[in-house]
Amino acid sequence: MNYLQLLQLSAPEAVVTLTVLVVLGVDLTVLRGKSLAARFNVGALLSLLGCATAALLAFTRHTDANLFNGLLVVSPASDFVKVAILVLTVFTVLISASGKFTDHVGEYLSLILLGTIGLMFLVSTEDLLMIFLALEFASLTLYILTAFNKHNARSAEAALKYFLFGGMSAAFLLFGFSLLYGISGSTNLRDIAAAIAGKGLDPLLLVALVMTVIGFGFKVAAVPFHLWAPDAYDGAPTPSAAFIGSGSKVASFYVLAQIFTLGFVGAQGSAVWHGYVAGWTPTVAVVAALSMVLGNLTAIVQSGVKRLLAYSAIAHAGYMLLGVLGNNQLSASGMMFYVITYALTTIGAFGVVAVVEDATGGDAIANFNGLSKRAPGLALCLMVFLLSLGGIPPLAGFIGKFFLFSAVVDTAKNLGLLWLVILAIAMSAVSFYYYLRVLKAAYVEDAAADAPAIRVPLLSFLALALLALLVILFGVAPGLLTQYL
Amino acid sequence: MLAWTIYITFIGVLVLMLLPRDNARAARIVALLTAIAGCVVAFAGAIQQANPGEVTTIVKASWIPAIGANYYLAADGISLVLVVLTGLAAVSGILFSWNIEKRTKEFFAFYLTLIGGVYGVFLSFDLLLLFVFYELTIIPKYFLIARWGSTRKEYGAMKLALYSFVGSHLVLIGMIAAWVVAKGQLGHASLDLIELSRVHFSIGFQHWVFPLVFIGFAILAGMWPFHTWAPTGHVAAPTAGSMLLAGVVMKLGAYGCLRVAMLMFPEGVREWQWAVAALAVAGIVYGAGVALVQRDFKFVIGYSSVSHMGFVLLGLATLNSIGLTGAVLQMFSHGIIAGLLFGVVGRMVYDRTHTRDFNDLEKMNVGKALPFAGVTFVIAGVASMGLPGFSGFIAELQVLMGAWAVFPKMTILAGVGILVGVAYTLRAVQKGFYSDVPPAPIDHDHPLEPVSVPERFGAVMLIGASLVIGLFPGLLMNWIEPCFKSPLFARLLGGGAQ
Repeated sequence: MNYLQLLQLSAPEAVVTLTVLVVLGVDLTVLRGKSLAARFNVGALLSLLGCATAALLAFTRHTDANLFNGLLVVSPASDFVKVAILVLTVFTVLISASGKFTDHVGEYLSLILLGTIGLMFLVSTEDLLMIFLALEFASLTLYILTAFNKHNARSAEAALKYFLFGGMSAAFLLFGFSLLYGISGSTNLRDIAAAIAGKGLDPLLLVALVMTVIGFGFKVAAVPFHLWAPDAYDGAPTPSAAFIGSGSKVASFYVLAQIFTLGFVGAQGSAVWHGYVAGWTPTVAVVAALSMVLGNLTAIVQSGVKRLLAYSAIAHAGYMLLGVLGNNQLSASGMMFYVITYALTTIGAFGVVAVVEDATGGDAIANFNGLSKRAPGLALCLMVFLLSLGGIPPLAGFIGKFFLFSAVVDTAKNLGLLWLVILAIAMSAVSFYYYLRVLKAAYVEDAAADAPAIRVPLLSFLALALLALLVILFGVAPGLLTQYL
Repeated sequence: MLAWTIYITFIGVLVLMLLPRDNARAARIVALLTAIAGCVVAFAGAIQQANPGEVTTIVKASWIPAIGANYYLAADGISLVLVVLTGLAAVSGILFSWNIEKRTKEFFAFYLTLIGGVYGVFLSFDLLLLFVFYELTIIPKYFLIARWGSTRKEYGAMKLALYSFVGSHLVLIGMIAAWVVAKGQLGHASLDLIELSRVHFSIGFQHWVFPLVFIGFAILAGMWPFHTWAPTGHVAAPTAGSMLLAGVVMKLGAYGCLRVAMLMFPEGVREWQWAVAALAVAGIVYGAGVALVQRDFKFVIGYSSVSHMGFVLLGLATLNSIGLTGAVLQMFSHGIIAGLLFGVVGRMVYDRTHTRDFNDLEKMNVGKALPFAGVTFVIAGVASMGLPGFSGFIAELQVLMGAWAVFPKMTILAGVGILVGVAYTLRAVQKGFYSDVPPAPIDHDHPLEPVSVPERFGAVMLIGASLVIGLFPGLLMNWIEPCFKSPLFARLLGGGAQ
């Protein structure tokens, strides 16, 4: 192997890195003194170009490569996840383009892109060290992105909270990883699997397992490690929240599944009803069940849409964890379908919130009153996104749930995991109620008589309409996505 | 050809969305034309189908191979009956909502989405596809009621939506479990209803899955004690909404019970047969009894729907071909008659008098002020009581005959329900239209606006349909009966009491 090969394999990441520099440079030189909107639009288009090139590079090569014993792993699967992350980044950038929360356009966009680079490295490695580095790199950009609204003290508070929780989770993760290294003498996931195979669960491994679950539990905002999420989603500038809820989710779940299914083979135990065996699946099952129940029940009482979406994100993390503990190819691809479509939907929902927030000055449910009259197209998009989150066919969220749940039930003998799926389905019925509350405001309630029509920025609207189309398309023809997973 | 009922309806939705916002007239006309086109296609397709006893494939294309889902539309006689019913209900509902002025375009867009979903359910022979269409109907129902409804509309709408959603999630659990088990037995993933109905699920499995799926669907069919959404939902809904709820949406539930729960889990039905029958009879008697003491005109019709749907469920529980035929016929008959009753009460009376309270109506002498409404209600009322000559008679008679063979005692109770039905209908006729309370002085400045032409058309159409089926039940029986002799139903009927 030589360095040229390394560069070739990391070409998509390299392209995004260059884009960061270009975006930053252009904003600081050519666009100096121009209007905020112009700077955002040009920056967004440049980011779009860069991400599109990178995505094209990743999508068209069909390479399998493994450098430095798993430090950098390129496979069609990881490449497709990268494409998904890049697409999500593009949408995040597009919906931030109408933002008025910051003057530092170049810095904001380049931080999003930097976070994307971290996420891209995160999904193309099988090494604990690299996973940790990439994860922390991406997380750091997310902390800053959360704090980016300097006019709003809550933004800083949210970022600090997020940062402290994130730092703690990193400590847990590192602790778990170090134990794994101690047990196996390697940081490579496959070597670890080989080292722990057949030895049963010794207490050290158990501690390492639990630490890893805790660490990732924080990252994906699963109960009981979710406390940062509502504040971070609520306080952060809305596009930042969209990014936390989308791209970073996709990468985290992909790598979480990698760690457990590659690294912890033989220590999975069993979460089957009446057939409990200690291991990582029961641990994940508990976290998943708690997330589904608490996330959904707490979302019911929220009055702000961003907080509502935060709790719904916690609940959805619970569903996705089911895919992890299904622990086979079918459930993993079901989970990736679910995560990717969820991420698209979430960006869309936050995009709508961003527009409404700009126009009405808040994100309370009451601010959505009469949206169907004030901005019919926007309301229609919101309906598609929220119904998809609620799991109504023929939208992507429904078919994703069907894939995921049926795959999970299929993995255990005698319908052993059905109890978790029943819980998930019951909770998803609950979730319908709070999504409907928002839609009720938009479609049933009337806005104040003098409320003017809402002007939707063109770029945002195009992005939202495209997202809504994708959500419908992946629901009606999921094969378009599943063929790559 | 029948597939076009679905496509035309959804095309109508798209056209409506493209119309300018304030042109109510155009919206009405587009909606009416769409519904008529759908109705005509439904009739033509149904007549064209050569052998109603067999499942005739309309379209079958691979949809999601990974889970064995196909885009599989097909029809047998049972589907045909219900598709035709949907066509009639769709047209008459639009005729009865000709006076919607508030956001007309959106109203009809939701309305047609609902209709399209209903057509889809009745024509799907793929479990996932059926479920997709089934859930597709929930959202429009919610908005139709919450936005254009009356009394406690938001409560009624949310209650209906949540009941429907919980019901469909019970079905979803059963569906996933059955999919996994069937996959193990067949060796490949399948969601084809015909294929699934041939899988032998173990008795232990059917024992718990059948009630889950059956109740999931039966919630929407208004089965006691899960019926409570129905009266509140019907009362809250705008006229066309309650016409559709009673006319076709409740049929979705009953259809799902038959087509999915009973066909897939025949041993499960046999095990729970008595329970289904008991709940059905409870619904018949309870619904009728409660209807007898209501003060709100619409609540009377709402509870009478629960009572009449009880006959459908009782027919299903008989597991013999007479009872099942009666059940399907009752679905059609109740769809027509309940639609008409809601049309009269909601549109002809309430939209003009702005009250549905019997105490107020008694003083208004509505029968004299609106003779057409009075006569229509009397006709619809006697049809609803089950007078010979109307469709309700032949349907309920067959259900009772089928039930007599299996549960004689419960059949007697159901007969009592019919008698109470006569009582509450007569009471409604008397209090609503022809009371002997001295009328309050007539307000000559604001006379009740006369019954309009679209309403007359709608009413005549529904009365005609009920009469034709009442006088020539063979028209529909020739579609329904062969189905229950087909191999598809052999397992369901084979072991039951014949």
